[in-house]
Amino acid sequence: MTTVLTLAVLALVAIAIWQMTKIFELSQLRSENAQIANDTDNKNNGYLLFAFMVFTYLITIFSFYKYSKFLLPEASSAHGEEYDLLMLVSFVIIFIVQFITQFLLHYFGFKYRGKKGNKALFYADNDRLEFIWTIIPVIVLAGLILWGLFTWTTIMDVNEDDDPLIVELYAQQFNWTARYGGTDNVLGDANVRMIDIDKANVLGLDESDTYGSDDVIVKELHLPVGRKVNFKMRSQDVLHSAYMPHFRAQMNCVPGMITEFSFTPITTTADMRKNPDVIDKVNRTNKIRAERAANGEDNADPWEFDYILLCNKICGKSHYNMQMKIIVETQEEYDAWMKTQQTFGQTMASVQ
Amino acid sequence: MSAEGHEEGHHHHKETFVTKYIFSTDHKMIAKQYLITGVLIMGFIGIAMSLFFRMQIAWPGESFPIFEAILGKWAPDGVMDADIYLALVTMHGTIMVFFVLTAGLSGTFSNLLIPLQIGARDMASGFLNMLSFWLFFLSCVLMVVSLFVEAGPAAAGWTIYPPLSALPMAQPGSGLGMTLWLVSMAIFIASSLLGSLNYIVTVLNLRTKGMSMTRLPLTIWAFFVTAVIGVISFPVLLSAALLLIMDRSFGTSFFLSDIFIQGEVLHYQGGSPVLYEHLFWFLGHPEVYIVLLPALGITSEVMSTNARKPIFGYRAMIASILAIAFLSTIVWGHHMFISGMNPFLGSVFTFTTLLIAIPSAVKAFNYITTLWKGNLQLNPGMLFSIGLVSTFITGGLTGIILGDSTLDINVHDTYFVVAHFHLVMGISALYGLFAGVYHWFPKMFEGKMMNKNLGYVHFWVTAVCAYGVFFPMHFVGMAGVPRRYYENTAFPMFDELTDVQVLMTVFALIAAAAQLVFVYNFISSIFYGKKGPKNPWNSNTLEWTAEVKHIHGNWDGPIPEVHRWAYDYSKVDANGEYIIPGQDFVPQTVPLQKDEEELQH
Repeated sequence: MTTVLTLAVLALVAIAIWQMTKIFELSQLRSENAQIANDTDNKNNGYLLFAFMVFTYLITIFSFYKYSKFLLPEASSAHGEEYDLLMLVSFVIIFIVQFITQFLLHYFGFKYRGKKGNKALFYADNDRLEFIWTIIPVIVLAGLILWGLFTWTTIMDVNEDDDPLIVELYAQQFNWTARYGGTDNVLGDANVRMIDIDKANVLGLDESDTYGSDDVIVKELHLPVGRKVNFKMRSQDVLHSAYMPHFRAQMNCVPGMITEFSFTPITTTADMRKNPDVIDKVNRTNKIRAERAANGEDNADPWEFDYILLCNKICGKSHYNMQMKIIVETQEEYDAWMKTQQTFGQTMASVQ
Repeated sequence: MSAEGHEEGHHHHKETFVTKYIFSTDHKMIAKQYLITGVLIMGFIGIAMSLFFRMQIAWPGESFPIFEAILGKWAPDGVMDADIYLALVTMHGTIMVFFVLTAGLSGTFSNLLIPLQIGARDMASGFLNMLSFWLFFLSCVLMVVSLFVEAGPAAAGWTIYPPLSALPMAQPGSGLGMTLWLVSMAIFIASSLLGSLNYIVTVLNLRTKGMSMTRLPLTIWAFFVTAVIGVISFPVLLSAALLLIMDRSFGTSFFLSDIFIQGEVLHYQGGSPVLYEHLFWFLGHPEVYIVLLPALGITSEVMSTNARKPIFGYRAMIASILAIAFLSTIVWGHHMFISGMNPFLGSVFTFTTLLIAIPSAVKAFNYITTLWKGNLQLNPGMLFSIGLVSTFITGGLTGIILGDSTLDINVHDTYFVVAHFHLVMGISALYGLFAGVYHWFPKMFEGKMMNKNLGYVHFWVTAVCAYGVFFPMHFVGMAGVPRRYYENTAFPMFDELTDVQVLMTVFALIAAAAQLVFVYNFISSIFYGKKGPKNPWNSNTLEWTAEVKHIHGNWDGPIPEVHRWAYDYSKVDANGEYIIPGQDFVPQTVPLQKDEEELQH
């Protein structure tokens, strides 16, 4: 419905402009300069510039009104709170600048629309003005840079303090696998050259490495809330990117090297499902899905909120469907889940 | 530096059809060749592709007869295949960035304007110029041919990161399609280098008497600096392409290591895909400015002329162009914050990236001040220039988010990035291009002018639709939707965003229809356009003193001598009267009048 409406409005606007210009064209004697803007053109387009300014503000307001509820819910990781704040401040600055500059640009375009006999002001430079608008961005940007850099350094400092949980994220076309260090919390050595599909050693673990025998390999990522997690990313074929938007976390997975990212989840999946924004989002989504079910379309099952790991680096045909569920839970729940998992050693023993 | 020695250089040659229209060495003809091949033909293909994949995102899995008709076996029953979706995205990016906005934009206007605005009879080497165009043409042909190979064209994204682009078993597009892509780009780079070297030499050596560097119009400054950046950075892309060709065909391991794919381990050992990313973006980022600077140069000239005012802060504009050019070569890492490179490097690149915002801000403010208290002649070219400043600001501001390594983490490779770069370099550069075409059409086609009313329709529909497509797109990105997804149905959390995608696609379709108005206007004006006066926009620059009829050598008589800068619009004497009574502009060829001061701009 919105589509048809937008289409209609735009078509009408186009026709209106077309007709208007046509009328003005006809109402004037055809001189040899017919294709050069005259006073009428300047007037019309000056007003249109003003209208366009209004349009840019309206589309901003419209987008915020209609779409801001689509944005990601509040961050579920410790560093994510700082991230969200920095984002907010940056956006406030951006919108102030955007508002003022777009106003000046279009308003001047409207106000100083040309008229025969008007005299423009010969105004070629002004050192003080130029100094002012150089120094203001310098100061604002310096502040943003410093803040950003401190945050960045903290986020990217992947260290072993506070006994982090070590988890490997393993990417391949087109799925994810996670590997836990097990009871010793140390990952066993691995390399693609040791992959043995027949023996179900799909991640290429070194079977002789004792650190590896208690590793746990899973297809659903469980994380205990409040404990720092150090991720080690690997890829076996092409570039992938481990993107966990709810945790404000992302790192590429590069064949031939191990990349790292670290964060502390602070909200369990269960708590997140009680977040008002998330409840609203789930309701909206399930309404869409119910409509689909009524029409007999695909993707119609009701949805329950879950954290998700997406692939965010083009990796081939099924890139759009490379995902893994993430569950953040209490330490007890996590321990209980972990107990039910098979270790790598057990898997190997059962195969042989 | 002087024009002496060239003054006798304008004999009238006997020209055949082949030497006049095909293997021409005349810069004006080569400019038109670039415009038609690069902008009209390649631009049509590139934009059509974007409409196809926009339709797929908005209506995932829908069957469209047009898909079946054009994509054939890649759209069984009219439903687009996932592989061809990626191929379309890849080829759209490649064609728009390199063929339309690099070669099309620079090729057209550098060729047309450099000799005319500096007062030269032609480029330093007409032959190299011709060679440059025909190499470009060859690369276009190869790129278009790659659309027709059995397994489809390259599909690894326009950045063609290995290993995806290096391994034919990773996706069908990495077979022959990718080979053709690489060969085409290698030829393209050779063409670009020949062109750029020619532009640099011409600007440095062939300026007419009196045309000092600080009297050059800003267009020429922009083209000149663009050519310099091209010469510095394109060879690096060539080396990346060559190394990738070796990895693909000769078993080297520059970019590949530890790969297990389709049940077997490959022999590659010790290479790094991150190395490729460094090499690619060493070109890739300056490339953004190669695309944008000419558009800004065109805008400076068109805006000043139509505002009937000198461009504000001429020297600051030059300084900004130079600062942007310098900084553009040391910011490439902001495309790689989360690529796995050392996070400390990320800090350095954040710093340099946010620095580049400063000269960009200065330029934006200078444009706005140029409008202040002007007598604005709102011709279509002028409107596109104002539109450029608007999208340049809107798109540039979100760069503050993306350039900040911290904030980049969560919006990297999402639609937020797509919205940002389309506004700041795609739409802005296209606006600059259109401004140039409307403004210099009379110069290209012997005095004929484009229809202004069609121009107004073209501008207003495009301006509304451009924001209609890309403003909501920021929100899609901040909702976490990754780019290059064939459909977003695999994630229930993206369900409610489908409506936004539909809205954007509808705007995109209308915007594309508006471009047909431009094409119609352009072609019909070539044949039926009304001739305007010799200097239709009352401009100061030298090209309007050249003969309206195209002759080899541009000026029938001696080359004009320059006595002032290009921006003496509405200049008044001590009594407040125009320098030349009754005329609000003083062409560069007019000597300083008695008691007139040449201001130190």
